[in-house]
Amino acid sequence: MPFVNWLKRHFVVIAGLLTLAYLLLPNVVVTVFSFNKPKGRFNYQWQQFSTDAWKDPCGVAGLCGSLSLSLQIAVWATIGATALGTMIAFALVRYRFRARGAVNSLIFLPMAMPEVVMAASLLTLFLNLGAQLGFWTILIAHIMFCLSFVVTAVKARVMSMDPRLEQAAQDLYAGPAQTFLRVTLPIAAPGIAAGALLAFALSFDDFIITNFNAGSTVTFPMFVWGSAQRGTPVQINVIGTAMFLIAVLFVLTSMVIGNRRNKQKASS
Amino acid sequence: MKTTNSGSGDVRLTGISKTYGSFAAVQPLDLTVPQGSFFALLGASGCGKTTTLRMIAGLEEPSSGTVHLGDQDVTALPPYKRPVNTVFQSYALFPHLDIFENVAFGLRRRGIKSVKKQVEDMLELVQLGEQARKKPHQLSGGQQQRVAVARALINTPKVLLLDEPLGALDLKLRRQMQLELKRIQTEVGITFVHVTHDQEEAMTMADTVAVMNAGRVEQLGSPTDLYENPNTTFVANFLGTSNLIEAEVDTKSGDDIVLKAGGGKLVLPESRCSAPTTAGGKVLVGVRPEKISLTHADAAGEIPEGRNRITGRIANSSFIGVSTQYVIDTSVCPEFEVYAQNIDRDARLAPGAEVVLHWSPAHTFGLDAAQDIDAGIQEEAAL
Amino acid sequence: MATLTEAPPPLSPTAPTAPTAKPPRKRGRWTPYLLLLPGLLWLFVFFALPMIYQASTSVQTGSLEEGYKVTWHLATYWDALSEYWPQFLRSVLYAAAATILCLVLGYPLAYLIAFRAGRWRNLIMILVIAPFFTSFLIRTLAWKTILADGGPVVGALNTLHVLDVTSWLGWTAGDRVLATPLAVVCGLTYNFLPFMILPLYTSLERIDGRLHEAAGDLYARPVTTFRKVTFPLSMPGVVSGTLLTFIPAAGDYVNAELLGSTDTRMIGNVIQTQFLRVLDYPTAAALSFILMAAILLMVTLYIRRSGTEDLV
Repeated sequence: MPFVNWLKRHFVVIAGLLTLAYLLLPNVVVTVFSFNKPKGRFNYQWQQFSTDAWKDPCGVAGLCGSLSLSLQIAVWATIGATALGTMIAFALVRYRFRARGAVNSLIFLPMAMPEVVMAASLLTLFLNLGAQLGFWTILIAHIMFCLSFVVTAVKARVMSMDPRLEQAAQDLYAGPAQTFLRVTLPIAAPGIAAGALLAFALSFDDFIITNFNAGSTVTFPMFVWGSAQRGTPVQINVIGTAMFLIAVLFVLTSMVIGNRRNKQKASS
Repeated sequence: MKTTNSGSGDVRLTGISKTYGSFAAVQPLDLTVPQGSFFALLGASGCGKTTTLRMIAGLEEPSSGTVHLGDQDVTALPPYKRPVNTVFQSYALFPHLDIFENVAFGLRRRGIKSVKKQVEDMLELVQLGEQARKKPHQLSGGQQQRVAVARALINTPKVLLLDEPLGALDLKLRRQMQLELKRIQTEVGITFVHVTHDQEEAMTMADTVAVMNAGRVEQLGSPTDLYENPNTTFVANFLGTSNLIEAEVDTKSGDDIVLKAGGGKLVLPESRCSAPTTAGGKVLVGVRPEKISLTHADAAGEIPEGRNRITGRIANSSFIGVSTQYVIDTSVCPEFEVYAQNIDRDARLAPGAEVVLHWSPAHTFGLDAAQDIDAGIQEEAAL
Repeated sequence: MATLTEAPPPLSPTAPTAPTAKPPRKRGRWTPYLLLLPGLLWLFVFFALPMIYQASTSVQTGSLEEGYKVTWHLATYWDALSEYWPQFLRSVLYAAAATILCLVLGYPLAYLIAFRAGRWRNLIMILVIAPFFTSFLIRTLAWKTILADGGPVVGALNTLHVLDVTSWLGWTAGDRVLATPLAVVCGLTYNFLPFMILPLYTSLERIDGRLHEAAGDLYARPVTTFRKVTFPLSMPGVVSGTLLTFIPAAGDYVNAELLGSTDTRMIGNVIQTQFLRVLDYPTAAALSFILMAAILLMVTLYIRRSGTEDLV
């Protein structure tokens, strides 16, 4: 049976593409329904084509405010977590110190802990301290759970770095500060960038920990959560689609630029 | 220790050592590298040669002893304050900088503003003028190696340290770079200290070679001196190949010592024996394979008088173009090696043939029999 | 020569001769501590300390109005467990099901990217990661549309009589998929699939392609090659992938809330309700503490058994 043979030979490809379809199906639905004109408050059933929501993405009260708040928090959380995480990663790879095992566990545990546990315990702390829940408590929480991911990303890069490069810099009259600025940092930059990107994505999309520690402040994921109860405006889909497109475009352009640079190098 | 002139640029290591816990990587060691010389530290991996080099560079702190550059004690100086530069193993070129910036790195760190002319001249010297704006990974291994040399040399250091600089290159390129480095050294006149495990490389390039083993210097001297007059079995076996025979001192006649080995007699000039000789004492007699002539047993009468002789049977022969290498089963040593130039090939010299090995007593050397006869024999011949 | 010591110790392969493996120089002994201090302090104050507060809260009694006191009232734990054990059980079952589904669905895709994608590799990789950038809540809500009653997916499953089987098993209810365990597991699988694919891909990508050829050359059929060579070599990815999927899935409450019903509530839902709506802090803290302990225990046992400790 030629068909069965064909199926056998391409089993992996077919199964893999089906999984990919499963992963992308919701994004397709989100995009399609961003052009919907729903009858009721909920945007779950297709009614008719419309570009109303695209023309007025901020047309729902509170949506764009929550979006800008989420972006602000994500930027600050990224900066904080990247700075603290990069320092830890360098210390872990480049130095010997006491209690290394304890340090490693303290960094590993937040990644191995269900979000809801971290969320609940952090709220207990804030309640006990009588802290005012809001922007600052969200930011503190985000830096906390992004930190470990940044450490992991930067550590991988610094570990693969040849220590002889820094020795070479020292040999060529660069003092410790110069060596760090001129050699170590530029070479570790891709790892730091990867960590920062991850931190941004994690912070921007976080719901569970934010939900516990936000008080009455509303971030974008919390806005979506709330609207799932009250009624989902089409604008949510518009924002979702735009985010997806921006991400894909961002990655594609950086890849094209990378490719072109490589080609230029190859030809010259 | 060799000190041709106690000039202001000598590298002097005094009682320098390095230990890691209970492991001694470098035993306390005195060494002087004369200014302007091409000095090689030769030894197998783990013998302490790289550690010694790194202590000169300042990348490793000695456990004891001092490092002097000329009159200056640099032991406590960090690497970036020493007038010494290194060509690293596998080069350590900065991947994020282009060739020009790699070469300019040291000058810029010392606050020199106009580097263009100097860098261009240096790239010209290593024949890489065209490649200035490429990144290191776009260059071939040989080109990267030249960048590494240029990056170090442009700082006109008092000493240039080379840590296995040719290890990553293939054989043909390595030969070419050996001559190239030698040319550059002669041109700039800077002291080169070169670490290598390749004895041929050390002998081709260096004026003086220090053979290191297990954290200490076994012998120091010119390549010819080391090859012709090894002082230890390690040097005899590590540099080229040696046939070593256990022999007993019989008598002394004038400047020569007569030895008994496997029923025969061998003559060894006393000046070429590094071991104490007392009648009845043991000595290791050595001779290099290419110094030996091979004559078929039927023609034994044609051998001139006064030569050392041993009889044996050819066990194996391999033809390698310029020479033929024989392994000969003799009464004193089961695997005697003989390299014969292919000038007049005697068709009778085939495996199984009875032969006489003979060589001039002047080519014989004597070693202390208390040593391991197999020291320094490399399991895998490193190319 | 200065002080000549005795014969050098024999060179052993463990002797630290390689210069690259050496610890950095002694200068700046306090540098590592300065580098570690701010980040570790942050983690200690906002991660470790809260755990202690939570443990203490869980043994307090009192009320919001009168305040809480530590009374070592361990009965809270017993009450919480006896009342909410179904939600605990459900969390473990749903998370386990989602993890297995993620492995089954994710492995072919990771394999495809690692070995068969060729020049499409980067594009597929982007398509796997890109959904991350759309809020996961929006994407989860999309499943409400996909699995809607009377929608094409439910219709197809009905025609194929799949729903009859799943209803009989208790996974779905009648003609509905939404608001059933199946929908929740489907949502969990969807949400944590990339966390399975990425570590799998990383460990598969490290495998030398020539190993497949070597196995084939040594008379292994493709299935045998997979079983005896590829899969064992990808174990680190399988282990970290399953952990990265199971842990967040077991604590999740978003999928159960958006796609499930009151009959599919997981322990995360209970903790959230107790904490944010009922305001019964001791019970919530006790539940959270039990979840943490259970997960840490399971993870430790799992890592022990699978023998892979280099996960970080």
